[in-house]
Amino acid sequence: MSESVFTGPQTRALPRAGGGFVRRWVRNPWRRPTILATITWAYLAWSLIPLVIAIAVSFNASRSSSAVHLFSLQWWWTDPSDSLLHDPELHSAVIQSLRLSLATMAIAVPLGVAFALGIDRWHGRLATGVNFVMLLSFVMPEIILGLSVFFVFSFLIKFVPLGSTAQILGLVTFQVSYPVIIVRARLLSIGKEYEEAAMDLGATPRQSIRAVLLPLLYPAIFASAAIVFADTIDDFVTVRYLSGPVSSEPLSVKIYNFARGQPSPAINAAATFMLGSTIVVAAVAYLLYRAFTKGQRTGAGLGDLATQF
Amino acid sequence: MSAPSQAEPARRSARRSHRASDEGIHYSRWFWPSFTIPASIWLAILFILPLYTVISIAFGTVDPIFRGPLPIYEPWWWSGEQFGRVLDDSFGFYRIVYIHTFEYVIVASALCLVLAYTVAYYVARYGGKRKTLLLALLIAPFFISYLMRMLAWINLLDSEGYINKILTFLHLVPHPIDWLSGRPSTVIMGLVYGYIPYMILPLYAFLDRIDINLLEAGRDLGAGPARTFFRVTLPLSRPGILAALVIVSLPMMGDYYTNNLLSGSPKTTMLGNLIDDAVGSTGQGNKAAAFVLILMALVLIPMLYYMRSTARSLLTR
Repeated sequence: MSESVFTGPQTRALPRAGGGFVRRWVRNPWRRPTILATITWAYLAWSLIPLVIAIAVSFNASRSSSAVHLFSLQWWWTDPSDSLLHDPELHSAVIQSLRLSLATMAIAVPLGVAFALGIDRWHGRLATGVNFVMLLSFVMPEIILGLSVFFVFSFLIKFVPLGSTAQILGLVTFQVSYPVIIVRARLLSIGKEYEEAAMDLGATPRQSIRAVLLPLLYPAIFASAAIVFADTIDDFVTVRYLSGPVSSEPLSVKIYNFARGQPSPAINAAATFMLGSTIVVAAVAYLLYRAFTKGQRTGAGLGDLATQF
Repeated sequence: MSAPSQAEPARRSARRSHRASDEGIHYSRWFWPSFTIPASIWLAILFILPLYTVISIAFGTVDPIFRGPLPIYEPWWWSGEQFGRVLDDSFGFYRIVYIHTFEYVIVASALCLVLAYTVAYYVARYGGKRKTLLLALLIAPFFISYLMRMLAWINLLDSEGYINKILTFLHLVPHPIDWLSGRPSTVIMGLVYGYIPYMILPLYAFLDRIDINLLEAGRDLGAGPARTFFRVTLPLSRPGILAALVIVSLPMMGDYYTNNLLSGSPKTTMLGNLIDDAVGSTGQGNKAAAFVLILMALVLIPMLYYMRSTARSLLTR
């Protein structure tokens, strides 16, 4: 009895160093970091495991989404009619997706970069108004933007038929604010000193932009190109309203249409393909980004960029 | 600084033009504004004009023969008939839809906030050496399309999916549950799942910036861990919380696809579904435009708040 009275407080005061995770948890499950860590890891599991399963389904040799069979590429290209490669509808949708994304990227990024440069150095009432409109397009819910562009092509600008052209015009409107915001953040961290130095050394404004400012902006430009590409290839709200014939529907719209109606592992394969292409573009952009920011101490990191949204 | 460059600002300031950087470099007055012209024209034609078209359709009339909308572009001829009808229905027949929309958005945003704040707080304060890994896992959903993430849940919640397999295997339910037809809980789960990544990262960035010295000061002055959190950390993170709430609730208000994919039943119709359904059916163009205007009015204040915080983050870092 006296022994336990003696050892009791001592063990509590000096927890044994080797106490494992489980023992520490049993002793006091409400220790703050433990419960927070549990929630965080549970969240990550909840957020990522469904995706892993969805990807796995596309490699499963069965139509059911839960019966596990052998690894198979049936839904990718082996199946002669239902696979991503051989279903003519899915096949052309993949090409349409890539076409829309590349075109949108090619238009939205230069427009946005030029706008960011101009608005960063132009002050006055008109500049404030123009900037307001740009920010408004950034925060406007997509359904409003997509529908209003759909209405304008149906009633006012009738010479643009619904289809690829209309889709690209609408997508650029929705995407152009990304490069603006990313490049402006970068301009802020660069400052004006480099340009001024170039011009003190005799460069014209045009030269100083081309030879000094633009190379400093490359990281932001690559980052925004990747974001525009990834966001466009995933987009289905704007694109769906602006698609004309069935052949102008990209993969995202097909997935949206088929997901509830006639689910097939080929749809999972299509979604996985989109995921893959996004990752490739993101990786390329990140490598370019790393290459161009080498040796620079300051600059918006990818984490900073992600927090813009 | 050379003499000519000093003379120039004096001449220019009289003309109310901007003085570039005040450091002796001078661009012609229209040099920088000209950069913004292409994107400005683009937005004028494909953003402002379309918004005006929506107003013209909402306040327009209906073609008596083809039942299509007839937009009226002159404000002085606007007719409030179509819009008035939609507004009347909004307080009658469609009231339940607005109630559902607010209900789902508020519950889903609140759940998002509690979960996102916990995760962001843990990563920011206790991430330690695992911080990079944790951040990478948190950013991953950004690169995965919304559709893919909804598709994953359709697979899981299907009557033959894993969730029902597990539940029936453990004899927790006698029959597979039909998760995917008209269950508000499924829709709310889908909304939380879809939008929470957009909340965690800004919250993390905000919490990461809080000066640790302030927390230590609180501790030194005798506050316990809980008191320090509620009296220091939480008040400091209020602007971040507000911004994060706006970031997720804005798109949720206009969301129709989560609902269509995970429920597809009129029992859980939201405002976005009304808009999407009206566009799809003939003779309802005016209705769709009117709903778009109502949605815009409903999200106006959060939208302005979001714009202000974005503009501020671009001016001060």
